[in-house]
Amino acid sequence: MLRSPRKSLSVATAAFLALGMAACGGTTKDSSANTGGGAQPGASADPNAALKEGLKIAYLPKQLNNPYSDVETSGGEVAVKELKGEYKKVGPNDASASSQVSYINTLIQQQQDVIVVAANDPNAVCPSLNQARAAKIKIVTFDSDASKDCRDAFINQATTEGIGQSLAKMGSELAGGEGEIAVLSATPNATNQNSWIAVMKEELKKPEYSKIKLVKVAYGNDDDQKSFQEAQGLLQSYPNLKVIVSPTTVGIAAASRYVSASNFKGKVQITGLGLPNQMREYVKNGTVKKFALWNPADIGYLAAYAGAALASGKITGAEGDKFTAGKLGEYTIGKNGEIVLGPPTEFTAENIDKFDF
Amino acid sequence: MSELRKRLSSWDAAIIVLTVLVLVIASLAVDNFGTSRNFTFLVLDLLPIILVALPMTFIIVTGEIDLSVASTLGLTSSLMGWFWNHNFSIETIIPLCVLIGAVAGVVNGFLVTGLGLPSLAVTIGTLALYRGLALVVLGDSAVADFPWNYTGWVTGTLGGGSVPNVLILMLALAVVFGVVLHATPVGRSLYAIGANAQAAHFSGIRVARTKFWLYVVSGAVAGLVGVLWTLRYSSARADNGAGLELAVVAAVLLGGVSIFGGKGSLPGVLAGVVLLAALQNALRLEDVSGQALNIVTGALLVLSVLLPNIITAVRGNWHRRKLRQSSKEKTAARFV
Repeated sequence: MLRSPRKSLSVATAAFLALGMAACGGTTKDSSANTGGGAQPGASADPNAALKEGLKIAYLPKQLNNPYSDVETSGGEVAVKELKGEYKKVGPNDASASSQVSYINTLIQQQQDVIVVAANDPNAVCPSLNQARAAKIKIVTFDSDASKDCRDAFINQATTEGIGQSLAKMGSELAGGEGEIAVLSATPNATNQNSWIAVMKEELKKPEYSKIKLVKVAYGNDDDQKSFQEAQGLLQSYPNLKVIVSPTTVGIAAASRYVSASNFKGKVQITGLGLPNQMREYVKNGTVKKFALWNPADIGYLAAYAGAALASGKITGAEGDKFTAGKLGEYTIGKNGEIVLGPPTEFTAENIDKFDF
Repeated sequence: MSELRKRLSSWDAAIIVLTVLVLVIASLAVDNFGTSRNFTFLVLDLLPIILVALPMTFIIVTGEIDLSVASTLGLTSSLMGWFWNHNFSIETIIPLCVLIGAVAGVVNGFLVTGLGLPSLAVTIGTLALYRGLALVVLGDSAVADFPWNYTGWVTGTLGGGSVPNVLILMLALAVVFGVVLHATPVGRSLYAIGANAQAAHFSGIRVARTKFWLYVVSGAVAGLVGVLWTLRYSSARADNGAGLELAVVAAVLLGGVSIFGGKGSLPGVLAGVVLLAALQNALRLEDVSGQALNIVTGALLVLSVLLPNIITAVRGNWHRRKLRQSSKEKTAARFV
C-alpha cells in the first residue's frame, strides 16, 4: 500500500497544505492575550470573624499511599477535628495531573467548603479549581502549588531558596568539601523538586562549592523500585561519586536501602529530604549521617486553619492578612497568598528519636 | 441496520442494558450524580477514551492491536506545546498535530503490514518510542498559555447550557465510525479479515492495505485527542495520557469485542466506555477509594472475559448432552 503512488501523493498534499497554513495568520502565542477566567476574591476580610464550625474540608494529595502525604494529611485531620469540621481525604492512585481533575470535579459536586490540594501540574488543575471557586469553595494549596490565579492561599513548607541552599550545604559537607555528587529526584515534571534543584545548581556555582561537581540528575519517578535502580545506576556510572542528594522521601529511602546493603556503605553518603520513620534504620546503621525535612504534619495542620479562616471570611488571602493556626501560633500571609511554615529541621543520629512521622 | 443486529451479540445487549441500569441507579441513589455539571464532567472524562476507542475497535475487530495510541497522544501534546512556543498559530497547530498523529500511524501501519511484524510487538515498541520522543521535544517542562477561547471551548457547554461542546464532536465521530463499521462493505471486510485473514485475502479483500489505513486513522485520532487533551487541561506535557491505551483496550473488550478479532459492535463498545466511566464517577461521588475503584474495574474486566466463555461452554455442554440423549433414544428405539 505504501507503493501506491496515489496514496503517497495524498499524504504529501495534506502535509503541504498544513505547512502552507503555517504561513497564514491566526492566534499565536504573541497575539493572544491570555485571559484565563477565574473567581476574584471580591469580599473584604473581617479579622474579627469567628471561625465557622462544621466546615467540610477535603484533602487532595498528589496521590494516595505516599507515606509523606499521609503524614501531611494526618496533621490536617487533627486540625479539622479541632475546628469541629468534617475531614475527608481523596486522591488518585497515580500522580498525574489529569486524574486529579476528576477528583476536584467530584469535590465540587459534593459541595465542600474548602479543598486543600497538592497540584500535580500547576496549570492543568486550574480550570477545575476556578470552577470550584466559582462555586464558593476556598482553595488552599500545599506541598506543590497551583498557578496563583486559581487558588486562595499556598502553604509553603519552606522557601525554595532555603531548601536548595540546605541541599547544597548538606551535599558539600558530606562530600568533605570536594568531589562528585549526584541528585536522585522524583519525576522529571515534579514542580518543587525541579525548583529546589535549580536553586541548588545556582548555589553550587558559589566559590565555596567550587570543588563540588554535580555530575547527574537522575529521576526515580517517586517509585521505590525505579529509584532503587537509578541509585544503583548512579553508583555504577560514577565510581568516584561521594554523595547522592535525594530531595524526595521515596528516593532517599530507596537509595539508602541500596547503599546500606552494598559495599558502597560508608564510602557513599546519602542525604536529602526524608521521613524520620523511614530513615531511622539507615541513620542508626551509619549509612545516613544527616538529612532534613520540615514537619509535614504541620503543613496539613496549617492548611486546615488557613482554609477555615478563608471560608469564615476572616481572611481573603491578601498580603498582610493575619490568622492564628492553633498550636502553631500566628501567621501572616505573604506575597501572592503564600504562607511560609518555617525553617526545615535537620535530622541526625542524636535527635532522630524525638520525631515520630 | 440488519447488519448491526447480526453483530449485536447477547453480550453487547447485556452490557448496554447494564450501562443503562447503572446510569439510572446512580442518578437515583447517588447524590449529585444526575446534575448537568456532573454530566459535563462525565462527558469530558469519557471523551479521550471514546474517541481513541473508535479506531481501536476497528483494529481489534481485524485481529490486530494498537498500544501506541496514548504515546501518540503524548507526542502530539508536547509538539503542540513546542509549536506554540515557536509562535505557530493555533489554527495551524491543530491540523498539524492531527497530521503528525497520522504519520505516527503510518509508521505503525508500515511495520505491521509492510514488514509483516506482529502488531502487539510493534506497538509496544512505538509506545516507548513515541513517549520517548515526546520527552525529547518538551523535556520536563509544560506549556500552559494556550488561548482561552480554545481551552474554554473544550471545557464549555453549548451556549452555557447543559450540553458540553465536545459531546457534539464525540457523537459525530461515533456516528461516522458506526456507519462505516456496520453499514458499508469496508466495515464488513474488517470482520472478514478478523475471522480469517487468509480467506478474506482470497475473496478479494485487500487485507494489508485495509489494516495500514486503520493504523493511520488510529494515529490521526490519537493526534486529535492529544490536541483536545492539551486544551482541556491547558497543559502540553510529555506525560499526558500515560496509560490511556489500557483504559481504551479494557473498554473495547468489556464492550464485547473479541481480542481474537471478527466479533463485536460499536454500540457495545460505547456502552462499555460509558459503563466504566459512569461507575467510576458514581463510586467516587460516594467516596469510594481509588484502590477500591481499581478492584471494581479489574473484576468487571475479568468477568467480561470469563462470563461469555462460561456461557459458551455451558451451552456447548448442554447441546452435546442433548445430542447424546437423542441418539441414545434412537438406539433404544431401534432395539424395541
